[in-house]
Amino acid sequence: MRWVVSPVTWVAVFFTSLLLGMPQLRPVFEWGFPAVSPPVFDRDSFFALWLAHAGLVLTASGAAGLIGIALAIFVTRPAGHDFRALVSTLAAIGQTFPPAAVLALAVPALGFGPLPTVVALFLYGLLPIVENAIAGLEGVPAATREAATGMGLSPLQLLRDVELPLAAPVILAGVRVSVTIAIGTATIGSTVGALTLGTPIFDGLAANKLPFVIQGAVLVALFAILTDMLFARLERWLQPPGTLTRG
Amino acid sequence: MIELDHVSKAYNGRPVVDDLSLSVPEGAFCVVLGPSGCGKSTSLRMINRLVPFDSGVIRIAGEDIRAVPPEALRRRIGYAIQSIGLFPHWPVEDNIATVPRLLGWPRARVRDRVTELLELLRLDPESYRHKYPHQLSGGEQQRIGVARALAADPELLLMDEPFGAVDPITRDVLQAEIARIHAATKKTVLFVTHDIEEALRLASVIAILDRGRLAQWGTPLEIVERPASVFVRDFVGGEGSGLKLLGLRKIGERLRPGESTPGEPLPADASLRDALAAMTERHTDRLPVVDESGRPIGMITLADLVR
Repeated sequence: MRWVVSPVTWVAVFFTSLLLGMPQLRPVFEWGFPAVSPPVFDRDSFFALWLAHAGLVLTASGAAGLIGIALAIFVTRPAGHDFRALVSTLAAIGQTFPPAAVLALAVPALGFGPLPTVVALFLYGLLPIVENAIAGLEGVPAATREAATGMGLSPLQLLRDVELPLAAPVILAGVRVSVTIAIGTATIGSTVGALTLGTPIFDGLAANKLPFVIQGAVLVALFAILTDMLFARLERWLQPPGTLTRG
Repeated sequence: MIELDHVSKAYNGRPVVDDLSLSVPEGAFCVVLGPSGCGKSTSLRMINRLVPFDSGVIRIAGEDIRAVPPEALRRRIGYAIQSIGLFPHWPVEDNIATVPRLLGWPRARVRDRVTELLELLRLDPESYRHKYPHQLSGGEQQRIGVARALAADPELLLMDEPFGAVDPITRDVLQAEIARIHAATKKTVLFVTHDIEEALRLASVIAILDRGRLAQWGTPLEIVERPASVFVRDFVGGEGSGLKLLGLRKIGERLRPGESTPGEPLPADASLRDALAAMTERHTDRLPVVDESGRPIGMITLADLVR
């Protein structure tokens, strides 16, 4: 029954009850902010906001993960070696652009709505994934690679059976950072018409309704913390058994 | 039988292997010996096509190695290296089973083979099978490396300084093991080292390389007794070569049959070097000699050692 006392379970329960039961906290917010009416954000349900928010993150991070890992695999093969520096630089440029600036630039091209947010999150999230995946794949000991090739593993078998399993914890750590950042950053999508947990925050800021800001911010923070904890679980689970003592 | 026929390889115009021709007979333990940078590792890695060569032909059992896809070729050749390169995420059993699984052996056969190899390397199959490499000592890891190289019963075994990174005592034990395994399996072995003592101990035939060229080819005795060049003589050990020579000859070759002398006897297959050591320790100039069953067969004197 270890899961009962696990912090992940508690954070998950707390997050879910706030997500579904925020309207029930109406008396609390009325008491704390008597001047604000209505005291709880009600333009949309928090659950719907969360679904849309999670959808944006999932789309952007999923694409960043697939493309980032594919790029890392490509530049760590003999054929792609010349592109290694280029890919690192491009990914770094993607992260130097503030997502707000990407949004501002993307809206004229892509219009209002979720699409510019996905693009901004994708570009912003690519760097940690690419960098970690390259580091993970290059971290496979040269002797292991040499022995594998010398015994007759094909390049594909080397990648699938040796390099990816050994690099998995490092790759996943990159995805974890990327997704956690994306959950926080996705809130600004609400400024260009995407529905996110940032919507109550920006509505609250615009109309000077502090409770809205609190409600949105707490849910986003809990969502990010919970996701981070789940990734930690996954990392432990994916750690190759023979390397457990490493850390 | 493995043949290198006028094989050359250059890196950036600098020759690493220069017109090298070798013909290693079936079942030989061939040690490729030379100082670092003489091209010995490169030569070895050309045989399993980890390194492409520029010109010449390499044949295994008469077949040009470039006529076989590299992966198929490598699965027929055992390969063990100094840094071992065990797969850290696989238990010992899976590590040893790498090539048999690539070859699609049935599970039961793979399992039996792993047991057999662990026993051959004197590791208890049940306690080692499920261990991970990081739970093993350096010597145990290298044993697993050798077991893995032998797993699919390859026709040829390539070993690149396999015992270069273990402590002297473990190295001594591992050398004895590989000599025993070679005697038992009669596999053709190509063994690279820069350690002359290791070469003299293990080799049935030695190839000495100097700057990518073959400096001398011969049995350990021929190399020590009749070095073909100043390079070989210096490399084989100049001043110390007298002792090495004694180490290569057996007491049986200098025996005085039928004569006897009191004292603790030495076996006839011990080296003359052992005899010299025993005489020095015991302050005597003669020792009794027995055969493998312990029967007295004669004696050896100090004068016989230098005859």
